Amino acid sequence: MSAKAHLTIDRIRCDGHGLCAELLPELVRLDDWGYPIIAPGPIPDHLVAHAQNAMTACPVLALALKRAEKPDDGRNPRHR
Amino acid sequence: MIRQRLLAGPDLSRGPEGLAWHVQRLGPPPVIGPALIDVVESSGLTGRGGAAFPVGTKWRSIARRHAGQPVVVVNGAEGEPQSLKDRVLMTARPHLVLDGALLAARALRASRIAVVIGESHRDALASMSAALAERPEPELRQARIVIAPPRYVAGESSATVRLVGSGIARPTTRPPSMHEAGVDGRPTLVQNVESLAHVALIARFGAGWFGAGTVLITVVGAASAPGVLEVEPGTSVREVFAAAGGGSRATRAILLGGYFGAWVGAGKAWDLPIDPVALRDRGLTLGCGVVGFLHDAGCGVCETARIMRYLASESSAQCGPCFFGLRALADATARIGERGSNPEDLARLHRWSQEVAGRGACRHPDGAVIFLRSALAVFAEEFANHPPHWRAESSQPRRIA
Ligand SMILES: Cc1cc2nc3c(=O)[nH]c(=O)nc-3n(C[C@H](O)[C@H](O)[C@H](O)COP(=O)(O)O)c2cc1C
Ligand code: SF4
Ligand code: SF4
Repeated sequence: MSAKAHLTIDRIRCDGHGLCAELLPELVRLDDWGYPIIAPGPIPDHLVAHAQNAMTACPVLALALKRAEKPDDGRNPRHR
Repeated sequence: MIRQRLLAGPDLSRGPEGLAWHVQRLGPPPVIGPALIDVVESSGLTGRGGAAFPVGTKWRSIARRHAGQPVVVVNGAEGEPQSLKDRVLMTARPHLVLDGALLAARALRASRIAVVIGESHRDALASMSAALAERPEPELRQARIVIAPPRYVAGESSATVRLVGSGIARPTTRPPSMHEAGVDGRPTLVQNVESLAHVALIARFGAGWFGAGTVLITVVGAASAPGVLEVEPGTSVREVFAAAGGGSRATRAILLGGYFGAWVGAGKAWDLPIDPVALRDRGLTLGCGVVGFLHDAGCGVCETARIMRYLASESSAQCGPCFFGLRALADATARIGERGSNPEDLARLHRWSQEVAGRGACRHPDGAVIFLRSALAVFAEEFANHPPHWRAESSQPRRIA
């Protein structure tokens, strides 16, 4: 598979525990309210194992590795 | 300019058009199945719920799925408080909307239709219910009306799907998209009521007849005769203002697209076309068709603060960045409005509005920050030099809705 993995977050599940930012500071930082901001772009190869760790460590299993970009669900990228 | 198609026929003041009049005026809808997908696609019709996505493309993508019989969700939630066009359409021309829904169902071989209508749109609810009751038995059994709570996000597509499936009008995480797995896990078409009403005419008169079509808009704010208008795309903002009776004061700024839209300084706005696709190509949006006029005594900061407060309170409170982020943005905007400009809050507004974008399950926070960023640009002067409120006699907030 050629597509690189991206780290995605289920925003409804995420409780802002912040564990992911501790385990994967290279890719995740927290906003002023403690919720993760993920660095854009695919996960660099040398961080894939770390990303998998963070995924299993998230207490609510909100993190996922996605191979492809999100499929188009028919909504405009800009609005509504 | 003004061109009546959806709203052609008896004067709106005469109330809902009944089935007999509707059929006498327009003829019965044609019996046409999946072939309608091609027709709608070549008409170029775009969705009127806000995103201006091509309707035919969406239908084709749903027709390709095989996860059970599709469901059609007719979106008449109209959660945007300034918009009136969907409820006016449902109230006056309920059969046009139902025709469109039934044609879509036949094109997609959908078995069920759910018509979602906002709880506070009483006239629309009454008219649509009465219209459905006039329909023949098989159609009546196929469709049902679902009442949406009066919340801004209740009309978001995944929220309508969840409402129809389980009675909870809050968005869900994607993927899966609604096309793949919507109501009861079936492929689901969520389509705005105006989009479907256009389909009812396109099916009758053809894609060529449709041409550039028409757009329903709601004029609000400092115009003498605000309300719903049907115009040709390409009609300028200036012409819309004139058609809405003009105004006695100079206009400062125009809010295009409602609360998910953007402020545009009056100088730049007058010649813009009221055309969903042309505006999108310019990085603007017609959104759900709200065109708001702020006159020269209105305060951009206070008006923006009021709208941000509303949008923050309408978060469905499921996602941290949306719930906390919009609240913080609304607070900071209000502080500038009430206590006067300060560089800290201004810097926060810029940073947070970048950070919050794209970090909700739905696009509610995205719409809110696009709106806010347009305010920061158009009212840059005022955001930098806003006096504390008690000194701002000339800057009383002016409600534009
Ligand atoms: C927060 C939010 C609120 C929305 N509210 C409405 C609404 O009240 N009515 C509507 O038709 N679309 C609304 N939408 C857009 C829908 O998600 C969806 O794109 C639309 O109903 C699809 O129909 P269309 O393609 O015919 O426009 C909303 C979107 C968002 C993000
Ligand atoms: S560890 Fe999980 S719940 Fe905690 S912030 Fe990260 S994604 Fe959210
Ligand atoms: S982004 Fe906001 S409105 Fe949308 S689901 Fe999350 S909390 Fe609700």
